[in-house]
Order: sequence, then C-alpha cells, then structure tokens
Amino acid sequence: MSTIESGLSATQLAAFREHLTEEPIEYDGLIANHDADEAVYHIETPDRETSVAADELSTLAAEQAAYLTNWYFYTQQVGGEVTRAFCRWLELADERPVPDRYAALENGIDREWGQLAVTTTISDNGSRRYEIRHVDDSDAAADALTTHTDPLDARDIGTLDADDRYRPLRTAPSLTAGWLFADLTANEVYEAVEAFYPATIVNWHREQRGELDVDHWRDEQDRQSGIYNLITVLPDEAVDWAAAACCDDSQCLKRREWELSEAEPLTAEGGDGVFPCREPCSMVVAAGREWAKLEREDTQTYEFALTPSEKEQIEAIIDAVADDTVDEIREADVSEAANRYRVRYLREKRFDEAGNLAGTPTHPEDHDEHADSDDTDR
Amino acid sequence: MQSLVIVAHGSHLNPDSATPTHTHADTIRATSAFGEVRTGFWKEQPSLREVLRTARGEDIYVVPLFISEGYFTERVIPRELRLEGWDPDLWDSDGISADTATLPAGDIDNEVHYCGPVGTHEAMTDVLIRRAVSVTGDEHVGDGFGFAVVGHGTERNENSAKAIEYHTDRIRETGRFDEVKALFMDEEPEVDDVADHFDTEDIIVVPLFIADGFHTQEDIPEDMGLTDDYRKGYDVPAEVDGHRIWYGGAVGTEELTADVILERAADAGADIGDAIARVRQQTNPTTEAAGD
Repeated sequence: MSTIESGLSATQLAAFREHLTEEPIEYDGLIANHDADEAVYHIETPDRETSVAADELSTLAAEQAAYLTNWYFYTQQVGGEVTRAFCRWLELADERPVPDRYAALENGIDREWGQLAVTTTISDNGSRRYEIRHVDDSDAAADALTTHTDPLDARDIGTLDADDRYRPLRTAPSLTAGWLFADLTANEVYEAVEAFYPATIVNWHREQRGELDVDHWRDEQDRQSGIYNLITVLPDEAVDWAAAACCDDSQCLKRREWELSEAEPLTAEGGDGVFPCREPCSMVVAAGREWAKLEREDTQTYEFALTPSEKEQIEAIIDAVADDTVDEIREADVSEAANRYRVRYLREKRFDEAGNLAGTPTHPEDHDEHADSDDTDR
Repeated sequence: MQSLVIVAHGSHLNPDSATPTHTHADTIRATSAFGEVRTGFWKEQPSLREVLRTARGEDIYVVPLFISEGYFTERVIPRELRLEGWDPDLWDSDGISADTATLPAGDIDNEVHYCGPVGTHEAMTDVLIRRAVSVTGDEHVGDGFGFAVVGHGTERNENSAKAIEYHTDRIRETGRFDEVKALFMDEEPEVDDVADHFDTEDIIVVPLFIADGFHTQEDIPEDMGLTDDYRKGYDVPAEVDGHRIWYGGAVGTEELTADVILERAADAGADIGDAIARVRQQTNPTTEAAGD
C-alpha cells in the first residue's frame, strides 16, 4: 500500500479527531470512527479500509485524505445547509465520487445559474474556491474583465442593464457582462449569487427536497388588497397570455411552477430555468392589474384599408417590440418591416392628423356625437 | 444568530427607491451587530413573500423602512410575511407609537420580531436634524434658520400627517431652530407656499420620505419654485421670494437612518452592543470630516 504525504493540515486533523470523540463520521463516501480502547482510527472509503494510530493520520493515502478534506470542507468550513447543498451542486457532488471530483476540480468544474457561469476549483488542502462571471464572458481573459471581491457588488452590477436601463426584475436575462468575481469562498459565492438572483438558491433547495411551496394564480388573486384587488377580474385565458408574455425564458430565467391552480395548468411554457418561480411576482401582478383594466373593454369591429404588405408590416412591428429586436434592425435596411424609415412612411401614409390609423377613430360613436354637436353649433 | 430583515417598498420604475435600503443595510452589516442583514421588497426581489426564507438566524428582527403606520405596515407586510395571528392592536399604537410584536411566521419554522416603522421612531427626529446639518454643512445650524418637515398629508393615510406633526413638535421642542413647521403636498399648509410660512430668511426643507423619487426630486422642488424644470436641477440654497431654501431631499437617504433601524431592533430585544453609538459616529458628516 503506497502512502504519500496527504496534505492534511493540523487544523483538519484536530477537527477530525475531535469530531470522532463525539460521534462517528459518515459523509460522502467516508466512514470513520475512533476505537478508544485500541487507540486507533478506522477509516473506510469506497476502495480502501485503514486502521491507524493518531500519529499516523497525517500519512493517510492521498485518496483517503481527499475524503477527509472533503468532509472537513463541507462540515466545518461551509456555513449552513442551503449553502452546502448549493456548493455540492456546483461541483456535481451527487454524480461523482470524491477522487473523480477532486481530479475534475483541478481543472475547474463549470456550472451555469441563470446568466452566471460559476467555476469551482480546489486547493491542496481541499478548500474550494469559486469564480463567477457572465456566461457571455466564458472565454474572456480575466484581465479584460472588471474584478470584484465583495459579493455584495453583485447587487450593483445587477441594477442596470448594458444600456444603463433599470432592471426591475433581477432574474430577467438582461444581466450586463464584463465583470469577474475571481476568488470567492463558499459563503461568499452564496452571497454573490443571492445578490444577483435573490432567493433563487433557497427556493431551488426547497424544490430539491420536495418542499417547494407553490402559490398559484388563484392563491395570488385571493391574497390581494388595495389597488391589486383588480386582478380578481382578469379572465382565466388572460392569465395564460400574461404568463406567456412575462414568464417565458426570454423574459425571466426562473422556471414558472405556478399555474392557474394546482388542478388547472396553464398552457404557456414554464421555461427551462434551473431555479423555480413559486408564485406570480409583483411584476406579473402589476401587469395583470393593467390587463384586468384593459380586458374590461369590449371588442369593436373596425374597418381599415391596408395593403397586404402594410398588414404584415404592423404584425412585424409588434413582433419587433415584443421580441426586443428593434435595435437589431439596421438604420438603412428599409426591407425590414419594422425599420424606422418604413414605420415613419407608414405613419405618414396611414395616420390622419389625429393619429388615427387609416383615419378610423378609436371611438366612432363619440366621434359621431362630436361631429353632430359641431353641426349643431353651426 | 441574530438576523436583521429590512423590508421596504422598492419600485418597478425607479432604481433609487431601493438605494437607501441597501445603503443602510451595508452600514449595519459593517457594525457586525447582526449575523446577517437581509433586505426584502414589495416591488423588487427578494419579495416580501420570500425574504424570510433567506434569513438563517434563530432571532429574526423585521424592521419596515416605511415612514408611517398604515396600510403597508399593518396589512401588506404582515400578510406577505405570513405573520400568524397578526393584529394591528398588538402594536397598541395611537398611530405613531408602534413598537414590536413577536409572532410565528408561516414561511419559516420560526418566530419573528415585527417592529414598527422607522418613520415613527423618536430617533427619526435626530435624523431630520442631522439632515439639516448635512444640507447646510454647519454642525451648529439652528440660529436664524427655519425648518420645514414635509409630508404627503392625510389624503392617503391619516397617520402620515401624524408622523410629520410628531417630529415637527419634537424638533421645535429642542429650541434649536427659530421656527419649525409641518408642510404638506396635498393639503394646507402647503409646501408650495413655503416662503409664506416662515419669517426666517433661511429655511431648511426636509421631506419625511424614505427614498428620493418623483415627489422629492420633481414635485416638491418645482412646487416650491426652486426650479421651473427639475431636470435642470436647483441650487442649495436657492433664492425664493427673498428666502434662502436649503432643500434636503428625502430624509431616509441620510446615513443616520441606519441608526433608527438599529433602534427599532434594539427596542425589540436585539443585542447590538455599541452599534448605535458607532453608527452615530460613523455617519456624522462633521466627525467624518475631522477623521479625514
């Protein structure tokens, strides 16, 4: 049996021994106990069983030492069950035994959490270090990015998008790139991710344990007061449109788990995000209130005279705004229906002086009344 | 471990709305008085619904960063936090005297100490006076100055005006300023006519609001005549009808507001050591200058 320097520190060994005076260890493939009568430590890992005296612990084989440093890191260095679960997910702990994981950690294990690329690496003593950058910066040189050390800087990075517009929804896929958290501890990586995407880790953890508490649309309706009472009158089919409009992966990286009710699923896609959305957020409720107001209106038949291309152009304009592709249309590309010159041309041609499409008033009856009264005045 | 949870309104439209919440949370974090400081919002993330599950302490103190007792502190926040058995009577308040209620929170397997809002705590008076110091740059400001505390008025919440009157009275009782008056945006006496209400040439005007936004940055400066267009900005002090108006903006952005949050938590039983004294020292513009 080959024994090489394990790299176990005096602090790690002291913690190991102290723990075993209280109770045996069974963690992540490591089983260990202390036989006080024989003054020997029994250490069992998947491929090896060892019994050693206290002064021999520092010469454990590297493979067993890895199990021991792994135990030390997760039980003595990482604070809290949720952080532990998250860090284990970051290094695919449930899919690889410790030796394989340690080998992979040498080069770094990459995971994505929303638009965050998180890389876990390991130092000789088994401590993990974490790097976070934007997924779009995966291949960027570190010195081309702005380095941050305080996890709470993530809060400021996430406040505005790349065009300096406010991001009211921190889980929107509009996180700006160009920054780097190069060297975080386990507790710091948790705080940084919490600052980028608040409450996503804790909700993911509840879901992992089968304890995610989902509040569906009807629960949300029942809970509202004040001005948001109005969402109680939003038609059910409109909730589906609202979910498709707001909760699609292109708009929010949370995976929508709420439905109309537990027994009434929505037809809109919930998305593929790694972290769940457990209830309609304040943005959806505020938008729902607006739609509830708008849905009170009855439909009205209008008659417009448009060329086929003009009809398609209006549809293309709606698509460009809804898909946020307006900025991608080149200024002189008038073949694009939503090109600014094309749209200005359409307005010149089809709007009357009052801004009515094809000269058709929005409220024809009011319009007629006004016309009548004008006649009377004359 | 003790956790402090600051709950605030936040905004879908204005990034500055949450700024005071984050700033004060950072100030309190730096004191290490709490094992952690979390923030939750009505309009931002994490939501009030989910903020308690982000807190890990056994002793959780929830402090609303709101100006007055009313719809949000008595109804919305307790509902969203799922405080079981909540009743506004538990605060036994006359509208400005809320203290603490300790209740189980349905979202977590724990009790929380639900504190009254920062705006009605007596320490908020000190923050208003501190704002007078910071806006004039004079730690002894008082003689020859008038002081106007500005609020919404009673249109939306009668307790809102009570909080304004309460602090106005307390500032007046210090005898530090020549005149102290409460002015309102939507009722008499109106902030629009600020110069008519004071004999002093210099008038300090401080809105009792948590965050700067539409009212404090656009409405009030234009209504008082500091500027005809808020986008052009205004001078501090600005000349209006022969008076010098020292407009301070929302008092909640004053760093000392962190102290009121600490006071609320301490009143609820939090062990915060000398954090209050340290925050008072650190956030004092005159001692900061001396330190520099």
